[in-house]
Amino acid sequence: MVAATLTLLCIAGALFAPWIAPQNPFDPASLNLNEAFHRPGSPGYPLGSDDQGRDLFSTILYGARISLGVGLASVLFALLLGVSLGLVSGYAGGRIDAFIMRVADVQLSFPAILIALLVDGVARVSLPGVVQGSIAIPVLILSIGVSGWVQYARTVRGLTLVEREKEYVQAARVIGRRPLAIMVAHVLPNVLGPVLVIATIHIATAIITEATLSFLGVGVPPTEPSLGTLIRVGNDFLFSGEWWIALFPGCALVILVLSINLLGDWLRDALNPKLR
Amino acid sequence: MPLLSLRGVSRDFDVSRPWLDRALEHEPRRFLRAVDGVDLDVNPGETLALVGESGSGKSTLARLIVGLYAPTSGAVSFSGRRMQMIFQDPYASLNPRWRVRDIIAEPMRVLQTKKEVSDLLRQVGLAPEDAERYPHEFSGGQRQRVSIARALAGEPDLLVCDEPTSALDVSVQAQILNLMIDLQRRLGLTYVFISHNLAVVSQVADRVGVMYLGRIVEVASAKALFSHPRHPYTRMLLDAVPDLELSGRPRTPVAGEVPNPLDPPPGCPFNPRCPHANERCRTEKPAFIDGVACHAVAEGRI
Repeated sequence: MVAATLTLLCIAGALFAPWIAPQNPFDPASLNLNEAFHRPGSPGYPLGSDDQGRDLFSTILYGARISLGVGLASVLFALLLGVSLGLVSGYAGGRIDAFIMRVADVQLSFPAILIALLVDGVARVSLPGVVQGSIAIPVLILSIGVSGWVQYARTVRGLTLVEREKEYVQAARVIGRRPLAIMVAHVLPNVLGPVLVIATIHIATAIITEATLSFLGVGVPPTEPSLGTLIRVGNDFLFSGEWWIALFPGCALVILVLSINLLGDWLRDALNPKLR
Repeated sequence: MPLLSLRGVSRDFDVSRPWLDRALEHEPRRFLRAVDGVDLDVNPGETLALVGESGSGKSTLARLIVGLYAPTSGAVSFSGRRMQMIFQDPYASLNPRWRVRDIIAEPMRVLQTKKEVSDLLRQVGLAPEDAERYPHEFSGGQRQRVSIARALAGEPDLLVCDEPTSALDVSVQAQILNLMIDLQRRLGLTYVFISHNLAVVSQVADRVGVMYLGRIVEVASAKALFSHPRHPYTRMLLDAVPDLELSGRPRTPVAGEVPNPLDPPPGCPFNPRCPHANERCRTEKPAFIDGVACHAVAEGRI
């Protein structure tokens, strides 16, 4: 319950940022270098201000919005791709299974960041410059999603191999249900539990991947910073005494990730009829 | 006219090692023959029991009959409307995430049969309110009742039961058997009943087929088989059954073990354990003549 409330609070904060935040950090008019480096607690700047004179509290709310959005969307994409490939792989077996799993092996031999960079780079080169600004975030989601599906596919395949041999699946086959129907109606609900737990942890990873990509200059445009970008910017000022620029976005990230993880655990228990 | 007939049905399983290992070590593919040339007829309305030790191919034969496996050779022909199956493990045969209502309604939805979930539950001795519960809320015997209700929902005329009571407590076994006998009488069902429990078989079966290493070695009416077993393997099985009448009949334990089906003995598969085996038994496979596949019986030696 605590986790659910906390997560809802985070999501609400991110979602309703424009109404809660004292100022809009994405509006160039709000930038005022005279207001830079206010300490936390200064009037009008509850958590201080950053090097551009933006209110840190507002920036965190807007940043969390982008981080959470990109994280959720990319995990959802990876989940969809991974779970369907894993189900097919585990249920069909044979050559299809071997093919999908070899592709997964090849992908696992590269670091996820590298694949995300590759997808991102290819998209940038192949698309005209005009549309790049508007598609930066979808491309980011796609690249993080593509780099993360293997985990789901492997987990789901393993669980499907176990479930496939159980007698309730054979019973459904005797009744005459098609393989696709058995996969979706019978096997999927029984393999989803562990996948949800992985997904919540993966949201954290996805947010970090997104931050890394932003740091390398291929992620979110610098005019619309995410939490990761904020931490990176704050990192530059950590040793000159402006600790709050890195600390508060970091705390926000920790709370966000922790509450999502707790929510995942709660969800797992709630979805298990044996504990209801 | 039999309801179900099997002609020369065999099933091989590929147990080869992965392709790369085989290629490196010049190993051939290896097959396990789980069911070997079975001929069998099941008449409408009867209960045919299949008995045998673990690994004799009983369960594989059951799955061949309902079509979960395709036969490697031979043919299964079924002249009824539909068959359904009841499985051994009541804890694995019901989807844990489905309510009983959905479990029982699934065959009706897929096969377009018109039945009421509450009627079916009442027929198998459960309450209509149980429809809203999940399988884990039931005991093993109750789950097996749900399995039976699901099978009945498909309006079958043949029910293939793969050791339906072997996972249950002895006290519950009798209840389930009585339910099945009762349903057979009321609905005119035909059963193929697989079991390794001879006491259970003697209670339900009209005819009994004895399986050994994928082959049927003897088929007879239950009465004849239990009073006058002919095949040496059947005799060995019956001699091992505990004697409840305390008649003082000496009990002989089953000697030896089932040979490795990957490397079956030449000739009659039972010859390494058979007290009557001679040179012919070790080289020639016995044909199935007049209900029994045994050289010694055919030659009149026993």
